[in-house]
Amino acid sequence: MADTKGPEIAIRRSMLGRARGLGAAKSGTAHWWAMKATSLALIPLTLWMLGSMIGLQGATRAQVAAWAGGPITATLLLATIAALFHHMYLGVQTVIEDYIHNERPRIAWLMVTKGVAWLLGLASAISVLKLAFTG
Amino acid sequence: MADVRDALMVGKTSDGKLVRRPLSPHLQVYKPQITSALSIFHRVTGVALSVGTLMLVWWLVAAATSDAAYATASGFIGSWFGMLLLFGWTVALWYHFCAGIRHLFWDAGYGFELPTVHLTGKLVLAATVVLSVLTWIVIFAVR
Repeated sequence: MADTKGPEIAIRRSMLGRARGLGAAKSGTAHWWAMKATSLALIPLTLWMLGSMIGLQGATRAQVAAWAGGPITATLLLATIAALFHHMYLGVQTVIEDYIHNERPRIAWLMVTKGVAWLLGLASAISVLKLAFTG
Repeated sequence: MADVRDALMVGKTSDGKLVRRPLSPHLQVYKPQITSALSIFHRVTGVALSVGTLMLVWWLVAAATSDAAYATASGFIGSWFGMLLLFGWTVALWYHFCAGIRHLFWDAGYGFELPTVHLTGKLVLAATVVLSVLTWIVIFAVR
């Protein structure tokens, strides 16, 4: 090459390479959209949840069960749980991808985090369902 | 052997020359500014709130388990240490809530001018303080 000042480039990206997935138009927007959708959903849900928790200070288990077990409350609780743990995983995923550069620990952390998010979400959802159906 | 990911680090200048794309400046050589500080706060509060969900899950699971389990959970949450955690949680929540709304405006294409960015940043900080204090006034008022 005549130009010796430029960087050493072993692999050059062709138009075909771009079209085959090295370009921008892959699946990146799905993550972004999910983040926006869960953020928007969590604005009212968080306010409702915070207000409810403040009202439930010092409540007995029976009072909490009666509150959580109502059909509208249970629906909103399940919606909050779904949006919250999805949003939480997407956020933690970004942090892990940004700071853990080695592939093996990165994938391990992502899998562990996703597993924990699912387990916590499922445990919360099952608890709400149990309160809704059996009190 | 060449790494195929090198291809992503290569760009073209307007006169057609191939160049290696620059990396963003590292934290250690980057002057702290309100923009970068608030950005990292958003991340830190997000991670802190994720850990904080453990208390919420515990509370829900305990309520669905038994009176004894619920007494243990609400006893911890009502203790001075539990209240301290809750205080930190509310501050982190309000910050992440307000900064998140700021992000939504950016995503919709508004508020990118530097004076606006600085103003909304200060508004987020002020709103966090005001909403946190209000929350705890309400918490103690309805107790």
